[in-house]
Amino acid sequence: MTKEEAENGRDDMAIDGAEQANAVPDGFDANYLRIYYGKLFPHADMFKWMSYGNDGKHPACDRSYFGRREFSFTLENDIYIRFQSFNSVIELENSIKEKCPFKIDIGPVYSVDPAKRHAYAGDNVFTPVERELVFDIDITDYDDVRYCCTGADVCLECWPLMTIAIKVIDAALRDDFGFNHILWVYSGRRGVHCWVCDGKARRLTNEQRTAIADYFRVYKGNENSHKKISLPGPVLHPFLARSYTEVLKGFFEAKLLPNQSLLSSEDRYEKILEMIPDASVASELRGRWQENKRASMSKDDINLVRWDQLKSVLQSGKQKTQGIRRCVEEIVFSFTYPRLDMEVSKHMNHLLKAPFCVHPKTGRVCVPIDPNNCDEFDPTTVPTLSQLVEELNREGLRQDAENEWDRTSLGESIKFFRTTFLQPLLKSCKEDIESSYNAKLQQSKNTLSCRTQSNHLCPNVYSHLFNPVINAVEDQN
Amino acid sequence: MEVVQSHRKSSSNNVIVSTLPLYRSAPPLEVRLEDFELFAMDRLRVLKGISDGLGRGKKPEEMEKLIADLWKANMRHPQANEEANKDIISHFVLRLVYCRTEELRKWFLSMETTLFRYRFRFQSSEAQRALMSEFKLPYKAVSNAEFESVKDKLGQVARSMGQTLAAADAIFYKVPFEEVPELVAGRRVFIHKGHAYVAMNQVVSLVVTQFRSYLSKALILTNRRVVGILAIVIILVDISFLVLRGYLTNPRKWTSTVREQEKDRLAPIVEALCTSYLGPDYSQENEVGEISLKDIYQIAKTSFPLCMRHLFEKVREDHHLKHGGRMQLGLFLKGVGLKLDDALAFWKAEFAPKVSAERFDKEYAYNIRHNYGREGKRTDYTPYSCQKIISSTPGVGDHHGCPYRHFSEENLRAALVRMGVSSRAVEDVMDKVRNRHYQLACTLTFEAVHGSSCDAGINHPNQYFIDSQRIMQSKDSAYLLELKKSCQVFSFALDEEPLCSVWL
Repeated sequence: MTKEEAENGRDDMAIDGAEQANAVPDGFDANYLRIYYGKLFPHADMFKWMSYGNDGKHPACDRSYFGRREFSFTLENDIYIRFQSFNSVIELENSIKEKCPFKIDIGPVYSVDPAKRHAYAGDNVFTPVERELVFDIDITDYDDVRYCCTGADVCLECWPLMTIAIKVIDAALRDDFGFNHILWVYSGRRGVHCWVCDGKARRLTNEQRTAIADYFRVYKGNENSHKKISLPGPVLHPFLARSYTEVLKGFFEAKLLPNQSLLSSEDRYEKILEMIPDASVASELRGRWQENKRASMSKDDINLVRWDQLKSVLQSGKQKTQGIRRCVEEIVFSFTYPRLDMEVSKHMNHLLKAPFCVHPKTGRVCVPIDPNNCDEFDPTTVPTLSQLVEELNREGLRQDAENEWDRTSLGESIKFFRTTFLQPLLKSCKEDIESSYNAKLQQSKNTLSCRTQSNHLCPNVYSHLFNPVINAVEDQN
Repeated sequence: MEVVQSHRKSSSNNVIVSTLPLYRSAPPLEVRLEDFELFAMDRLRVLKGISDGLGRGKKPEEMEKLIADLWKANMRHPQANEEANKDIISHFVLRLVYCRTEELRKWFLSMETTLFRYRFRFQSSEAQRALMSEFKLPYKAVSNAEFESVKDKLGQVARSMGQTLAAADAIFYKVPFEEVPELVAGRRVFIHKGHAYVAMNQVVSLVVTQFRSYLSKALILTNRRVVGILAIVIILVDISFLVLRGYLTNPRKWTSTVREQEKDRLAPIVEALCTSYLGPDYSQENEVGEISLKDIYQIAKTSFPLCMRHLFEKVREDHHLKHGGRMQLGLFLKGVGLKLDDALAFWKAEFAPKVSAERFDKEYAYNIRHNYGREGKRTDYTPYSCQKIISSTPGVGDHHGCPYRHFSEENLRAALVRMGVSSRAVEDVMDKVRNRHYQLACTLTFEAVHGSSCDAGINHPNQYFIDSQRIMQSKDSAYLLELKKSCQVFSFALDEEPLCSVWL
């Protein structure tokens, strides 16, 4: 690299004194964060997103909208500042570049500018009015069903648990709830976040958010029982049934069972046997498996063989109680069904990390995930901060300082963000603003025509009031 | 006299549309003074009947029949408009009576809501739809074509709840899912593209919820107004005094103050009222004073009612109790005055032979703290009343519930003997048990054990404890104070002359 440097004679490679351009240390570094915010972080895109079409060009735009959104910054040394707000993209960008926050969180849109909240007295004057519907899924919540890693570690064996969580929730959000503008984001280390940005979603109350979170909840702790999942009823609700047949069953049997060796050793299969409410059935299987500790007859994976045995015993016609037959689904659900952090979704004022932040512990960027191709997402190849800086160095300085991200691995993510999420969202927002504006115009026109017919008001007074509005519409046309 | 605008657009002098009244406002009707009391007592019989039915754990079909019978027996009138008048008047009179305290309001609200729910179900579909629009619920019926296309899914949802999609229930409403959060949360509806398909019987719950919410607010408003009024019709006073005195005094003594012809009608009600728990709930620990851990073992022998004695013995014997038992005994001990730290120490020590300290902290401590309102949504749970304990259903391995109801005869006899009840008293107790007067049985036990009479009757295990302690310590208890306080509410009104009736 040094040779190249010399050949090209670039002396602007000396960024922050790191002259040895190839020796970029791994992980997270505050200096590189500065470069990141300077050249790579998509400030303008974030601004456009958070404005939801209220960027001032249309007469019906709410100019105060972006300024009422709360951001919070976590600075170096764990200093945390809340209720940050900005009135323009420039303010946002400058503040981020200047403060260089290790983490940026996004909060709700409030009724008034959060920075001025103390000026307003009384209850319910300073209150959230809009907020995306958000979900947070963390792989540490699955620690009791994965054996390859624990805690904050993630590998390609257990990451698929996140993938299927995305599939289940995404399908329900679109098909059941009718939402369209959904962004899935890698959280940077061990989980995923989901942002539902439809207008309907942003205006949901806490009660409605809780209802949606409860709709998604299946895992419930039970006193003194070994089963935390209980699926009563002769059949499953269509949402659960669809999730099972389309996503969970296949994944459990083909991937999770063999990869995590869920039935190969005693302490592991005991956990599954504990979930069977009938002790005699459990002991029958236990007996069989204890005998066959050594290699089984066939070459098939021992986990799959035993799972088949379990299924045939539980689902055989002999089993009278429905609870036994349902057991198979319950086992699959308890291992694979998404485990959401309920508290994140329930309250409008919950802060959530912004996409495109860099995770301080791993250095990885919080990039969007395509729900239609989430099988291909690999958390171990997500661009890191040092990797991006290195790529920038390699490419060198170009004439146009715009779109530097396009020369790095981040380019793909930003393009994806724009084309599949941001542009359709903004288009839809503009349409909404336009149509509600036209509806209001129509309403006032109707009132005007009624009134002029009944001669209640002087037409002169009325036309004075109406002219500015009519002119604006004409201008736009 | 305050004239209140009726909300019925079609009302003329006496013709009132025969639909379910919503009791939104008191109509300006003329009623005879005697009818005030009569109407209210008749309605009270219906409400009490409902309360009994619920207490005995009747299933919905049984409740349906019960309510239909109760209404027919007490509220029917050959003329439809007279019946409607009685319906409305009796409701508003009872509102005045039952708005006075939180417990009364809670009971009244619960019974009126149940009554409304079942009466709503009896209505025709058109009447139901009319009521729905009165509540301003924006539901659109699903067309036949659309129904066919989603029938499978609707059937699946019904079966997932253990129900079937009968042809009669084929009326569904399509609403934005935001309108029905409880149904969404419980996965009790099929949702598609943002719309929830709500079955007719679910619509009933939503209507009932609206009714309940309205009545709850109205009761509080009524209470505020009652406080400001100087003169109350003496009939109202009589009724309310009956209601309160019903649980304070011995029904046998009370009947002497009632007119002869009233005795047969009212006495059973009052006796029944006596067993309906309308008193203090013992949730405030500091009202009763503190009890330390070492005292518990002593007072358990002398002052615990049989249900709690049994649980206490069992936990010491088995070093474990199932959840129902832990709740019943744990909340009772809280009401007795056991502080959270002592409670944790108690359960931990008793469970120690079977449960390690770490496991205890992990699995049991949280729930105990929860009972004391220190976790989660911080609800301060109230100790169970006799009514609640009697209606519980202990299963295999459980020891909670009411021994007078849930024990076999021989087990009960043995337990009473162990308590020190004389054999003659045991016979009296068993006689009450056979007639299903469980609380009177407990009262007799109390009297036998303490050698003194219990005028009020036992309605709550903590009441038993307090009375027992009072006798043991022979000094005024918080309960007496509570009694006095309740009497004061109406003592002033007894002296007032009836001036006029006022509609609120």
